[in-house]
Amino acid sequence: MNGRAPPRKGENFELRAELNSEYRDRRADAIKRVIANMTVGKDVSGLFPDVLKNMDTADQNPLIRALAIRTMSTLRAEKILSYLGDPLSRCLRDENPYVRKTAALCVAKVYELKPELCVDHGFIDVLRDLVGDGNPMVVANAVTALSDIHEASILAAQNGFGGGTSRGEDDEESASPTIPAQKFIIDGPTLSRILLALNECSEWGRIALLNALAKYQASGPEESEHICERVMPQFQHANGAVVLGAVKVIMIHMRNVQRQELVAQLIKKMAPPLVTLISSAPEVQWVALRNINLLLQKRPDILANEMRVFFCKYNDPPYVKVEKLDVMVRLASERNVNTLLGELKEYASEVDVDFVRKAVKAIGQTAIKIESAAPRCVQVLLDLIQTRVSYVVQEAVVVIKDIFRKYPHSYEAVIPTLCPNLDELDEPEAKASLIWIIGEYAEKIENADELLAIFLDGFKEESYAVQLQTVTAIVKLFLKKPDHAQAIVQRVLQTATKDSDNPDVRDKAYVYWRLLSTDPAAAKAVVLSVRPPISLPNTTVAPAVLEELLGGISSLASVYHKPAATFIGKGRYGVDEMSKRRADFEDADTSTQKALETVVAGQKSENLLDFDADEPSIADTSIGTNTVPASFAPSSAAIASVAAAKSPLDELMDLFSNSNLSAPTNAPGLSVTSPTGPSMQAAAAASSPFDFDGLAGFGGTSTTKPSGAPKAQSEDLLGLF
Amino acid sequence: MISAFFVFNQKGEVLISRLFRADLKRSISDVFRIQVISNPDVRSPIITLGSTSFFHVRVNNVYVLAVTKCNANAALIFEFLYRFVSISRSYFGKLDEEAVKSNFVLIYELLDEILDFGYPQNTEIDALKMYITTESIKSEMAVREDSAKITIQATGATSWRRADVKYRKNEAFVDVIETVNLLMSKEGAVLRADVDGQIMMRAYLSGTPECKFGLNDKLVLEKRYIQNKGGLSDRARADNAVELDDCQFHQCVRLGKFDSDRSISFIPPDGEFELMRYRSTTNINLPFKLQTHVVEPTKSRVEYSIHLKANFDPKLNANDVVLRIPTPLNTTSVNCKVQIGKAKYVPAENIIIWKIPRIQGAQETTLTAEAQLATTTHRQAWSRPPIDLDFSGKSPL
Repeated sequence: MNGRAPPRKGENFELRAELNSEYRDRRADAIKRVIANMTVGKDVSGLFPDVLKNMDTADQNPLIRALAIRTMSTLRAEKILSYLGDPLSRCLRDENPYVRKTAALCVAKVYELKPELCVDHGFIDVLRDLVGDGNPMVVANAVTALSDIHEASILAAQNGFGGGTSRGEDDEESASPTIPAQKFIIDGPTLSRILLALNECSEWGRIALLNALAKYQASGPEESEHICERVMPQFQHANGAVVLGAVKVIMIHMRNVQRQELVAQLIKKMAPPLVTLISSAPEVQWVALRNINLLLQKRPDILANEMRVFFCKYNDPPYVKVEKLDVMVRLASERNVNTLLGELKEYASEVDVDFVRKAVKAIGQTAIKIESAAPRCVQVLLDLIQTRVSYVVQEAVVVIKDIFRKYPHSYEAVIPTLCPNLDELDEPEAKASLIWIIGEYAEKIENADELLAIFLDGFKEESYAVQLQTVTAIVKLFLKKPDHAQAIVQRVLQTATKDSDNPDVRDKAYVYWRLLSTDPAAAKAVVLSVRPPISLPNTTVAPAVLEELLGGISSLASVYHKPAATFIGKGRYGVDEMSKRRADFEDADTSTQKALETVVAGQKSENLLDFDADEPSIADTSIGTNTVPASFAPSSAAIASVAAAKSPLDELMDLFSNSNLSAPTNAPGLSVTSPTGPSMQAAAAASSPFDFDGLAGFGGTSTTKPSGAPKAQSEDLLGLF
Repeated sequence: MISAFFVFNQKGEVLISRLFRADLKRSISDVFRIQVISNPDVRSPIITLGSTSFFHVRVNNVYVLAVTKCNANAALIFEFLYRFVSISRSYFGKLDEEAVKSNFVLIYELLDEILDFGYPQNTEIDALKMYITTESIKSEMAVREDSAKITIQATGATSWRRADVKYRKNEAFVDVIETVNLLMSKEGAVLRADVDGQIMMRAYLSGTPECKFGLNDKLVLEKRYIQNKGGLSDRARADNAVELDDCQFHQCVRLGKFDSDRSISFIPPDGEFELMRYRSTTNINLPFKLQTHVVEPTKSRVEYSIHLKANFDPKLNANDVVLRIPTPLNTTSVNCKVQIGKAKYVPAENIIIWKIPRIQGAQETTLTAEAQLATTTHRQAWSRPPIDLDFSGKSPL
């Protein structure tokens, strides 16, 4: 507010007099005039305190009382807050439930700005009393406010100061570290109140209550059963968010239920409402599908008979279609695989390139998942190759490579069909896949040397992935047919070591060269060793992360399949946080950490995009450089180990390509889709330049950031490897 | 929860903007404009950049957007955005740029009421209409009296109904609206068939009436569940009872009661509302069978042969049958021949509309058509969208 003394004349002066008039109607008229002036753009800020005085929290009309307290608490100014204490405590005890439910939320608003005010006036205790209110809406809002305060105070404690979470201008005063954390822990009596209010509440209130129930620690199996039984009717609610909220509560409390028949009943009752969600608005559908995907990872049997529901409709938005594909593959079984394949084949003839590719990929995943269906899948893929549509053929080749990795030496008969398509492949992944197949089956393919020579001729122009595969494939060929391939193996090793500008390609060629020249038997043992077949993972996230995500069904984290800390907060997701989290889960194992650390890599790059108009970008950069070495150093090992298990290029590319999280649609079988094959493992751990490229490319495209930040970030990464 | 709420027009101009929390600046709208509205390749309804998440829904020519900075409940936000859309429709007919521009004040007033500190509050349209109006204010005394009632109602256990409704004649109407969803393979095998049904009720009843609703006496919701209680299921089948896979109810229905004894009991809102919604996959008789033969003999021609068969009892009729048959985008003209009804090409929608005023059960008829296509340099494959069929049924009585 301006420090100048108010003018003694003019319109505002008159208005002030009116606003302080003893007559109600004159004050009302004055307020109307102030608003009119504001609308046309006149400066009426000087009248602010006078208008405020007119907010009457003791008006006879409850709507006005509620409006007054709501408006006052929305104004984010220190001065008003100090006026607020008395009216708010009056409103919290108002006889009218509408005023009480409004006032309950006001406490959360005030806590955000000035937590000590709430503590001093004992508002939080009043809120706890309001949980026992007779009116369901008041109960719901009291629970909402308490949960909000709970979150805020935990966040404040983590951030190292006891103040609110706001970064507004009133921040400096609120940073008193003496405020104790205002935790909202539900006890037995509160539980029964919440369960009682649940059936009478508005839909939004029910969601708030269900959220609170999800956080409740049940005292024993009986109580868990009781909660499940009371929440189950909510499955029939018309609001999809209520249904998902009920699913969440039941998934959490079902862990403790011991009566197996109840568990079976819960699971059975859960299926129909989940299916019904698939006919809601597309956005809700998408949220439901992402969550169903998670539910199926925990309980694959939940929708066993419902696959047909997930068939794509013509007018489904692309993001829904892609999710449906994922769910369909999860539901694939021996019984329904024929229908599924028929459906997937149809999708592969549609026009949306991205969707078609995913459909082809799904065929491959089905083959890997269900062994008995693999011959039919291969047949469908061969039919698709006959269409000669470029992207279909390329995707099919990649997929067939995966099938070979799962069922070695079972489908060699298809190789002659693949090879003629050599010229049409222009994508590195497809090329690399075909080269891998040729190398792997070199002894069965008569003209393998000629085919590989084609790639050798254009060696320098090829991408690194293709170069690496070419080197390996030709070495394999040589080991299998030493008489025919002497010349070509020398040529490839020479080209790779002399002409390639990629250190991995050079290193790999040197290693092979030395192996071949010193001990051909050892070379055979290394290069032609039998590799374990790949499989389709049942879960896309680590078990502990899955439990965390199931506990947050319908939340953003569960939609993204990533722990919340990876995309909210300011990159404060370091080693400490991870180990703390790990301790929180009983069934945590090392895979949690591995997975969390992997997502950290993605999240680091996402934080580069964290726009915050206020903070200068330098601050951001410095945060990045300070925290990265600490939290990143241990994770490099994890990344490397993940990389060794899967394919580093794909893994990291995937992370980065998803980094603005527009559609987190990684296929469930990440390991299946790796283009490079197991023979690349030797080079995998050392392929940092790929990762660096991925990051640099990403940094380059992020327009919202000054160039300094990506650079610092990539230097950190470079240092790691 | 929701930190900010925006409505944008197609150009990305902000029409409505409301901040509910201090963690965001109004300029956040620029980010959405750049990332979503001017980005032709958006493939997700939620975009997260840094720690800020944007949830959007597109309706007509406006974007409705909610922004959060936390691990928000995604389903809740989308349900809320759609509720905002339906409230807007109920208040000013439709939600588009023009409607938003002429109702600024009302929208802000509504927003304040339905969303407090980013948490959705009362969104019952009937209740809202009692105290958020465009009419001028009544006498102060009346307002005060009403307000007390309104506020009790808006927060009470029956927030959807006023207590003092009075009619001289008490009556209630029930409409059943069903949509048959059918997925058929090229060979004609039914892959998936289900019915989405809605039961719409118009209740003009006095006081706070306690209503009960039954479907064919026995609502067989779960076959196995009932079987356990003794051979009811067989009888239900014989009676051709309704077998529902799932149903959802208006919030007035007592869910606990339904869960315990399968009865639908409720105190209805005044006027029209959707009482329940259901889904069924058994005993679905497809009313029509459509055989299509569409070929593209040359790049400039598409030939259609659409055979329609009424698959119901010959004693029944279907009225106002309308088929919408898609044509490629570069169609210049269409020549159609039909045995009954009328068919014409509608260039604006790229469809052939075939209207048949009445068709009798078991009747068959065919449309043949030939579409001429303009030659284009860049020819994308035609996606062959599905044919749409609408009709209304009347019982012979």
